[in-house]
Amino acid sequence: MDKLRLRFKKTGRAVYISHLDLMQTLQRGFFRAGYALKYSEGFNPHPLISIALPLSVGTASECELMDFRLKEDVDLAELPARLTAALPEGIEILEAYEFTRKAAELKWLRVRGVFEYDERDAASMCEALREFYARESIVITKKTKRGMGETDIRPAIREIVFSVEGRDVGLEAVISAQEPTLNPDLLPDALRQRQPEIAPDFAKFTRLETYDKEMELFR
Amino acid sequence: MDKRLERILPRVQKPARYTGGEYNQIIKDKTQVDLRLAFCFPDTYEIGMSNLGMSILYHTMNSLDFVWCERVFAPWGDMYEEMKKASLPLYALESGDALSEFDSLAFSIGYEMAYTTVLDMLDMAGIPLRSADRPNLLPLIWAGGTAAVNAEPMAPFLDLFVVGEGEEVDNEVLTLLREAKLGGWSKREFLVKAAQIQGVYVPSLYEVSYRGDGRIAAVTPKDGAPARVTKRIIQDLDAVPYPTKPIVPSTEVVHDRVSLELFRGCVRGCRFCQAGHVYRPIRAKKPETLIAQGIEALKNTGYQDITLLSLSTSDYRPLPQLCDGLLDYCEPRSIGLSLPSLRADNFSMELMEKLQKVRKSGLTFAVEGGSQRLRDAINKNVTEEDLLHTCQIAFAGGWNSVKLYYMLGLPTETDEDIVGIAEMANQVLHCWRTYAKNKNRGVKITISTSCFIPKPQSPFQWEAQISIEEYLRRVNLLRSSITAKNVTYNWHDAETSLVEAVLSKGDRRVADVIEEVWRRGGRLDAWSDYFSFERWMQAFASCGVDPAFYANTEIPLDAVLPWDHIDVGVRKAHLLHEREMAYASALSPDCRHQCAACGAAKLLKGGRCDG
Ligand code: SF4
Repeated sequence: MDKLRLRFKKTGRAVYISHLDLMQTLQRGFFRAGYALKYSEGFNPHPLISIALPLSVGTASECELMDFRLKEDVDLAELPARLTAALPEGIEILEAYEFTRKAAELKWLRVRGVFEYDERDAASMCEALREFYARESIVITKKTKRGMGETDIRPAIREIVFSVEGRDVGLEAVISAQEPTLNPDLLPDALRQRQPEIAPDFAKFTRLETYDKEMELFR
Repeated sequence: MDKRLERILPRVQKPARYTGGEYNQIIKDKTQVDLRLAFCFPDTYEIGMSNLGMSILYHTMNSLDFVWCERVFAPWGDMYEEMKKASLPLYALESGDALSEFDSLAFSIGYEMAYTTVLDMLDMAGIPLRSADRPNLLPLIWAGGTAAVNAEPMAPFLDLFVVGEGEEVDNEVLTLLREAKLGGWSKREFLVKAAQIQGVYVPSLYEVSYRGDGRIAAVTPKDGAPARVTKRIIQDLDAVPYPTKPIVPSTEVVHDRVSLELFRGCVRGCRFCQAGHVYRPIRAKKPETLIAQGIEALKNTGYQDITLLSLSTSDYRPLPQLCDGLLDYCEPRSIGLSLPSLRADNFSMELMEKLQKVRKSGLTFAVEGGSQRLRDAINKNVTEEDLLHTCQIAFAGGWNSVKLYYMLGLPTETDEDIVGIAEMANQVLHCWRTYAKNKNRGVKITISTSCFIPKPQSPFQWEAQISIEEYLRRVNLLRSSITAKNVTYNWHDAETSLVEAVLSKGDRRVADVIEEVWRRGGRLDAWSDYFSFERWMQAFASCGVDPAFYANTEIPLDAVLPWDHIDVGVRKAHLLHEREMAYASALSPDCRHQCAACGAAKLLKGGRCDG
């Protein structure tokens, strides 16, 4: 079976598994669950799997997508439960299906974030954050392929909403997944560079949903 | 997850090694167990998770339903700094709970260079380092592993050692500890009782007195502790549990594969080799057991590699049968089978071809000594013909890289022996020129030397180690003897070897030095990133301990040795005889040709070795 796609969650302790290690972990999971992945031809055969948009270590996700191929036909309905049982804590397969759309059509991501402030008041931070992200342009310096460069991250943010959550500030945003890719870690980084007095002491993110360029759900 | 930890993890290298949550980890309800045990490996996650002993004992100890045994490793430097900054105590991976919540810490100590890390882990757990400073029964701090064959340098820190193989005795200790905890025993009461279990060594029940010349006058047991602690062995390896559901790390570790242990012990009796003596007698597993366990473990882990472990793999009689059985399963699934520690003398073409179908790596030979005379003296039964014959087969079969390992400073070594190393490399090169199938790819011959470390419970336990200066002189002699440009030479530094020699052969007075090194920031000393020779030398000086007394001075044959009260099976008289044979450059037959009545057979119920 070719053109297969998994949608899975990566939460809890599994968020610290790096992209490369995750590929290895999933491969072993397939093997343990008794599914034979299709391998590439050639001198150094490797399983034909690819995960769209590698997550950064520490970021959780409820909507990871992985394309894969199997040597034999299997019942896709029972695959999620069987594979989940063969995976470490925190990785949960939500569905397996034959895909029609290429991962390149994926355009927007919905993310949830938590900004933690140890000593500062969440309500006033929340207000200041709204103001900061209401700007038309937010230029920051970041590492690019050609060394350090200036980038405006604002166009890559389609929506961003902040709310007070106890002592923290919560945020929900729709950001560009590719072309350009906006790593959510840049949201607090921008504050550290441009307005450090409202930068959080710690920030963490969860990917919630994937969309195409028309903001239709991408599967 | 602890908030402090959550903030640290994204900042450190390879955070997945600090989180637990791996596939096949064992989770129990902490309110339903009587004992919470932290199984501590005094090195990194990557090393510890590659250790078969750790994996075996994790499962055997967890097989007791009143125990929840969890894993703890030493954090790498960046994590260590972050944990200190955040005042985050050392925690166990399964539950994430701080070690202060545990009833006991059990350390697996496989090598001396881990000693400072043991202290560091105790400190990170907020536990006083010395047994005498821990008046209560709990937490009980104990250890096992090869280091237990001379536990003295660590004696003041640990409440109890287990000597020998842990599968049974560890559970006996835990069963007694549970009784003690539930019955409210004092620590003393428990230790006195525990000392009655075969294989348990309670250092505080032995008084050590010294002579004017610094040697030991006597070791006197108290409170009914046995005069000599006899090590434990497993009688029937086929019956002992093997972890067919080992934990699969979610991040890369050193050995990412299934490991099968073919046998314990060794029939060879190389005189420099501690393992070859302290793991006796030889006991093998049946190939059927191994094949079944290997396949089950492959299924349960999803690993794509399996390796055969033992001191000398080719001494496993049913090796062809075992390889066939495993290859039947592995080949169609592209699973690699590797066989380390094959000997040069009975390497068969057939076996090599079989492996070649699956995977081909470089050849390595532990030659150890540069001349036949020296190899006879150390009882390393490898001849130049054997080696060249194997190389011939290998080169003809397409191999093109050979690594040759030697030790410098072996007893009776002469300059001629050292020059012989370079000559042998030339012979190997000549062999390649004559037999290589494809010369276009070139050949790579690597010579590696390390400085010989005399080890307790081996025939060379009385020997002096050569000084660092002398080692360097020998290195330079070898270097100048190597002329061929296809031959590379790597030498390990002798500074670590000197420290290792002191820690191996040390007595209780060396404990102060270990603690002092730790106080000066020493930890993870097995890593060259962290080892500081200067720090060790400063600690020796400030404790008034002379490293040369332990490392570079021959011990009189009639002296009481610091480890004499630990009985690993092999008699001292046998070791002494082997030492004499060494000085006569005479070989001793291996166990299979002729039993030398070394003493180890007494550990077996039937009293006879498989040989
Ligand atoms: S008793 Fe004999 S056969 Fe057994 S280990 Fe000793 S020498 Fe070898």
